[in-house]
Amino acid sequence: MTHLAYVAAAYAAAFLTVAGLVLWVWLDGRARRRELAILEAAGIRRRSAGEAK
Amino acid sequence: MSEQSLAIRKFSDLANPTRFLALSGAVWPWMAAATALFFAVGLYLCFATVGDYQQGETVRIMYVHVPAAWLSMMCYSVMALSALGTLVWRHPLADVSAKTAAPIGACFTFIALVTGSLWGKPMWGTWWVWDARLTSVFVLFLMYLGLIALNRAVDDPARAAKVGAILILVGFVNIPIIKFSVDWWNTLHQPASVIRLDGPAIDPEFLRPLLVMAIAFTLLFFTLHIVAMRNEILRRRVSTLRRLAARSAGRGTSGPVPAGVGEGHP
Repeated sequence: MTHLAYVAAAYAAAFLTVAGLVLWVWLDGRARRRELAILEAAGIRRRSAGEAK
Repeated sequence: MSEQSLAIRKFSDLANPTRFLALSGAVWPWMAAATALFFAVGLYLCFATVGDYQQGETVRIMYVHVPAAWLSMMCYSVMALSALGTLVWRHPLADVSAKTAAPIGACFTFIALVTGSLWGKPMWGTWWVWDARLTSVFVLFLMYLGLIALNRAVDDPARAAKVGAILILVGFVNIPIIKFSVDWWNTLHQPASVIRLDGPAIDPEFLRPLLVMAIAFTLLFFTLHIVAMRNEILRRRVSTLRRLAARSAGRGTSGPVPAGVGEGHP
């Protein structure tokens, strides 16, 4: 009557969801910074880009 | 733009995306560290405390379920405030905030639904019932998905922001319904046991891990939200720069893009 499987499943589901969310946010940021770096390398930049990051 | 002008002197200064990037860049690593710390302590308490005399081990599901459910409602409230910011003050960051909060809120609602179901099966004998609490939270989940779909369906961020903000505010009526559904209707879901006028009705043994986990989840939400907002600002800068690059390529000229471009709505 301990229902440990239900507890484990609940924690696993919560962990996987949060891990997926963190991974998505992290990969999204990395891809956007890469795009900006490519644009900057091509000479396309904001006039204030030098000082303000 | 000098370092000096990036100083935040009043709250509305935060609405400047460049200032927001500078400030949030310094703050979010600390928030991430605090989140990890609170989760470490919280998860330890989750499994170090005793089981309930009736629920047994399944009481530990509550330490995830309840904070996730709270956060699912708080996230929507943050979106509603952002929607007001979009419609009333037209802060350039308000729409970025509302848009990026939706997927995070959907995830927290999903966690609340799944863990609740996994608690319901052994304790109630059923995965799901269509009572007022469960149904209204399910509606919240669908609203999050609808708002995400809307944001992706409309190309122009400014138009998506306006329509989205109105929908968010209309949907906010669901939040008090979720909160008070257990009082207004006869639900299988139990009424509030922590946030009530006569004080928490649960033992400190269970309250302690619950509160630490609630703080951990709240920190997790704000950390993810800030980082996602930074990503969204960068995404809009990229699309603005690409458009300007295409335009100047069409004219056969190239040169620096005017300052201020890519801040807020392109």
